[in-house]
Amino acid sequence: MAAGYTEALVACPECDLVHSVPEIEDGEQGHCIRCGSLLYVRHRNSLDRSLAFAITGLFFFILANMFPLLTFELDGQSQSNRLIDGAIAFMDAGYWELGLVVFVASIVAPLMVLIVLISVLLPMRLNIAPTNVKVQIRLLTHLKPWAMSEIFILGIIVAFVKLSDFADVSVGLSLVAFVLMVAAVVMAYMTLDDSAIWRRLKELKA
Amino acid sequence: MTVLAPTAQSMNAMSCHICGLLVSTDYITAHSAHCPRCDARLHSRKPNSLNRTLALLIAAAIFYVPANIYPVLTLVSFGKATTNTIMGGVIELAQGGQWTIAVIVFVASVLVPIFKIVALLFLVLSVRMKKTRALRQRSVLYRFTEFVGRWSMIDIFMISILIALVKLQSIATVTAGPGAIAFAAVVIITMFAAMAFDPRLIWDVSREEDDRN
Repeated sequence: MAAGYTEALVACPECDLVHSVPEIEDGEQGHCIRCGSLLYVRHRNSLDRSLAFAITGLFFFILANMFPLLTFELDGQSQSNRLIDGAIAFMDAGYWELGLVVFVASIVAPLMVLIVLISVLLPMRLNIAPTNVKVQIRLLTHLKPWAMSEIFILGIIVAFVKLSDFADVSVGLSLVAFVLMVAAVVMAYMTLDDSAIWRRLKELKA
Repeated sequence: MTVLAPTAQSMNAMSCHICGLLVSTDYITAHSAHCPRCDARLHSRKPNSLNRTLALLIAAAIFYVPANIYPVLTLVSFGKATTNTIMGGVIELAQGGQWTIAVIVFVASVLVPIFKIVALLFLVLSVRMKKTRALRQRSVLYRFTEFVGRWSMIDIFMISILIALVKLQSIATVTAGPGAIAFAAVVIITMFAAMAFDPRLIWDVSREEDDRN
């Protein structure tokens, strides 16, 4: 470690055991030999693929906010809800803390994740060094657990089942878009190899 | 003689909690305590991990009581009101024959929060008592606990959807109950507790044992 830091070694984030980083093939991954946690992955065209999925995700996120999620019909009357309505309903009822939690978990965090991914990966694709990468990568790491779109889908399913007992409930266009957005985000994460971001950044700055 | 497993700490280095870069303590003394690659603050172990985790667990356990006693939602339909606690919602689903959904909600809302509190408490205490057994199993337990915690939010999202959707004045209305706030607090506080716990501490004990030999 002549420079005081190295990329040739990696310490397991969960047990601190130091491993050397071998040259591995695309599609391979390395796990800690002691505790089994995931240490590194390599994907072919990792950054391009992740960018493609993030742009797809953003497109579906916008659609998911434009149309009704569910429509509820009872006794000749009907009511629809949009993605943001859950947060608003909590705030209207005086439960502003819950409104804030739902707003962050279902809208702010998922949107920020997509925006950060695109704003880091798109300039790299265009051979431009993106600005503020360090802040953005840290933001992404901290945001990740609070983006709960996939859990929101299960919430919708449970609500749907509860309501279909006594009313007619139908699925709106936004629900389809929302499910596709979640699939795109999962793929964007699965194809992303963090170390490739730093390698690419070094190339661009060289 | 036992061969010591080389950890970042034993090599006088630390890995960045954000980007994983391995940085030597010499670099930190000479330059700064921030990662040269991503600028995050460097520390060998999460600061004050055991005490912070324990404090958050106690807070979560306190909120767990109102979360289960108070109603989380009330449905008024044609003048008839039904009030549900978290467990009441599960029972209602089961009675309606929706077994799959009832099991999912039971696991996510009832089992997972209590499992998280117990599992993290066990991890904190086992590290504090310097237990050297089942290290790998405890690592796996931590990973699992961290992974499942978020899924308890299902009920909160379900309630947010119901109160936004079911507001047909005289016919049917759903309102949220105070139990929902306590329940969300349990989920969020246990998420912070899992984040505050540093799984590396589980393995540090094995090194102290080796050092004594």
